[in-house]
Amino acid sequence: MELKKIMFYPGCTLKGVAKNLEDSTVESARVLGYDFIELPGWTCCGAVYGLAQDSVKFTIANVRNLIRAQEYAEKIRDNRLVAVCSMCYNNLRRAHLDVMKNRDKLQTLDLFMDEEPDYKGEINVQHYLTFLKEEGFDKIAENVKKPLKGLKVAPYYGCLLLRPDEVAIDDREDPHILEELLEILGAEVVDYPLKNECCGSYHTVDKKEFVAERTFKLVSVAKEVGADIITTSCPLCFFNLDKRQEIAKKKHSGFEHMPIVYFTQLMAIAFGINDDKVLHFEQHYVSPREVLSRWL
Amino acid sequence: MMKYTIKEDPHNDERVREIMEISGENIFACYQCGRCSSGCPMAEFMDVLPNQVFMFLQEGDVDTLLSARTPWVCAACFTCTVRCPVGLDLAAVMEALRELQLRKNYDYVDPYRVENREELPPIALVSNFRKFTP
Repeated sequence: MELKKIMFYPGCTLKGVAKNLEDSTVESARVLGYDFIELPGWTCCGAVYGLAQDSVKFTIANVRNLIRAQEYAEKIRDNRLVAVCSMCYNNLRRAHLDVMKNRDKLQTLDLFMDEEPDYKGEINVQHYLTFLKEEGFDKIAENVKKPLKGLKVAPYYGCLLLRPDEVAIDDREDPHILEELLEILGAEVVDYPLKNECCGSYHTVDKKEFVAERTFKLVSVAKEVGADIITTSCPLCFFNLDKRQEIAKKKHSGFEHMPIVYFTQLMAIAFGINDDKVLHFEQHYVSPREVLSRWL
Repeated sequence: MMKYTIKEDPHNDERVREIMEISGENIFACYQCGRCSSGCPMAEFMDVLPNQVFMFLQEGDVDTLLSARTPWVCAACFTCTVRCPVGLDLAAVMEALRELQLRKNYDYVDPYRVENREELPPIALVSNFRKFTP
């Protein structure tokens, strides 16, 4: 089968501490018939979108990325740019919508980047989940070799897939896209009331105790509702929920570790991929190996 | 007890106007329903609650906000932004409060003094430095 070429924006974190996210995304896409090609010449997205209305400095890098995508889209005749990291998705999509709505900003940026072609506004930035849904979840069902039957999963969206409204991939207060996918993979989805609550984000750098408290709450509630594992798509949520369990455990006696995995890792496992070079469980603080042993 | 001064007309306060310009938000539209504070995941760590940020601004008391921990505790998760019944973007107001200080070349976080930098993912560092350094 010839693979369909799709532009893929990995982002910085996937190139280092989140190889587990990158490789499981690319490999799961390959099973479904897509060749995820890393966008040539991509740069960092900036992680957080600039909220100051009188400045465009945080939009420059994103528009430059969109221009790179515009060039490559012509070659592969597909204007979709897929990101899987929630922060990258949020930034790129917000930048696109922002400059399309505020043409004066785009004009300022086009003038500033006079060495670049102008951005025409035709790039469709999509999150991997949206891409999969648009292409049809039934395609996924056809490829499930090892249904995750009996695995109780708490779906965790975090903030940036759902907020602000203009970039939300689903209903921001009651999203279901991740649940739908997990059910197709055969997993048992638990009703997780904190699925759209913040993990504490960038405070993990200078106020990790705050983040550890968030992690304590998010993991404890997942346990209370019966989950074996939490799944996410954001490498910062992943780091906070996984690594910050170390502090949470020191502070709260009785706290039990829970493994965190990317939804793409679950997809890969359900597709029968059992390769350490794809799953990279060595990048997890709390190893998911035991919980997932039945399917590995 | 927190001490604050009520100004004569906060509409004319230069710093209130600057905050409105940077954030693009009309802070006088807030009617103190408290929805921002009730949904805020970081409120338990704040010294001024999200709804109180608008209250102090409406009273022209920018000093209290500039010395508060709150703008540096906000995680820009946009829960308040999407739930505000009058459509105010409090996350942008928090950003403006930080910007007011950062634009004076203030470092809230010193990148050279971050503990365990090597274990942190790049997005954690990039987002933190973008919010907390000029």
